[in-house]
Amino acid sequence: MDSAVWEKIKDHPCFSEEAHHYFARMHVAVAPACNIQCNYCNRKYDCANESRPGVVSERLTPDQALRKVIGVANEVPQLSVLGIAGPGDACYDWKNTKATFQRVAKEIGDIKLCISTNGLALPDRVAELAEMNVDHVTITINMVDPRIGAKIYPWIFYGNRRYTGVEAATILHERQMSGLEMLTARGILTKINSVMIPGVNDEHLIEVNKWVKERGAFLHNVMPLISDPAHGTHYGLSGQRGPKAMELKALQDRLEGGAKLMRHCRQCRADAVGLLGEDRGQEFTLDRLPDKVTYDASKRETYRAVVARERGDRLAAKSEALGMVKTAGSGKSLLVAVATKGGGRINEHFGHAKEFQVYEASPKGISFVGHRKVEQYCLGGRAEDKSLDGVISTLEGVDIVLCARIGNCPEDRLKEGGIRATEAYGYDYIETAIGALYAAEFGSEPLAATA
Amino acid sequence: MAFKIIASQCTQCGACEFECPSGAIKFKGETYVIDPKKCTECEGTFETQQCASVCPVSKTCVPA
Repeated sequence: MDSAVWEKIKDHPCFSEEAHHYFARMHVAVAPACNIQCNYCNRKYDCANESRPGVVSERLTPDQALRKVIGVANEVPQLSVLGIAGPGDACYDWKNTKATFQRVAKEIGDIKLCISTNGLALPDRVAELAEMNVDHVTITINMVDPRIGAKIYPWIFYGNRRYTGVEAATILHERQMSGLEMLTARGILTKINSVMIPGVNDEHLIEVNKWVKERGAFLHNVMPLISDPAHGTHYGLSGQRGPKAMELKALQDRLEGGAKLMRHCRQCRADAVGLLGEDRGQEFTLDRLPDKVTYDASKRETYRAVVARERGDRLAAKSEALGMVKTAGSGKSLLVAVATKGGGRINEHFGHAKEFQVYEASPKGISFVGHRKVEQYCLGGRAEDKSLDGVISTLEGVDIVLCARIGNCPEDRLKEGGIRATEAYGYDYIETAIGALYAAEFGSEPLAATA
Repeated sequence: MAFKIIASQCTQCGACEFECPSGAIKFKGETYVIDPKKCTECEGTFETQQCASVCPVSKTCVPA
């Protein structure tokens, strides 16, 4: 990767898997209006307890959004990115998007601005996005064949009228492709989100990946369809199923070699706050924010200095770990689940983990393959036996769990389920631990782990 | 000759407000309302009523 691109993504948790250990994003819901209808979206129901794209608890005016961004920046030192990602479309509801970005950029000069769009209105906004230094754009592209598009989009609103069917999907497709090309021409990084809908566009996403790669997309994020009937979406109500985790992984594996894949997406809410995989949005609702806020850069600046140091350390540790895996000289692979609360270290207690990050160590190296969400096993000091069963089944296929602490009881129960767990590498860097573990498992002399 | 918004259905996304060519739609209290004095049903300006064409929920922007 060239250094100019690295400079752009090194603090963006969604565009860089490495950055997601250190940096946090926040979304402000300032653009609720949309110009298309998707079968996986229902605009009528928002819920505080759901975590999925498009869902928000409160919509904000640009002034309220500014207050919230400053409030979060003062308290969350990891904050690096402000995104507008629904509900609605940031490029269509443009007046609000633009006003928000201008206000925030004036107060917090170094925050990265990021939008998510369906692409229909995108070509009209590229020039202004470039002017405002919006360096990261996500376009949701689910098809390049309008006949498939017609099964996903019931209608679009374009040029002052509503279009349906193949005609609607053709317009959307053409606008998406030209928007992507225009962004690439200006050096703005694009991530393509695709929703994997079994039987509708799953095979077709291979074709989508080719098209977007040819047009300069930086990253391709294939996400599973969420289609719970309770959400009231067309797909939810018509019984369209979402893909299983293994089906998603199989498709992602087939796409290797095309446009680079994102595997650390958590399909977060449109008002999420914090590191990926956590949502602190409820701490920063309008009623919890002071009426007047002044930006205080100190926490963010201190944190950045710490990250710069840690990153150097971790990089060195990582290359040492890769060395251990290679010297082990084994052809085998090891699937490792890690409990972490950020910083690239094994620093979360087993019982407190809401997700495990899964890594694969093999002769090819150590790579992040995804995350698995679990129900927190230990709540307020009380352990829930039922949720432990859930954790065990979620961790199916994993060889070993690494965490900062684990009690004897859950450790034994995991063992009965065929999964080993250890706190031996607590607070080490993830790669260091996996390297040492791999070496220990597959024969060669284990080196001392460094942290 | 006017449209109205069924408040119980409305998601308050506001798309209708900025598509309305007559400036007849405003956010009042908890919901968007159409001023019947200003609403022209888009006659003479567009083929279809803009509010109803962009509204994400069917049967929400309807003839009064």
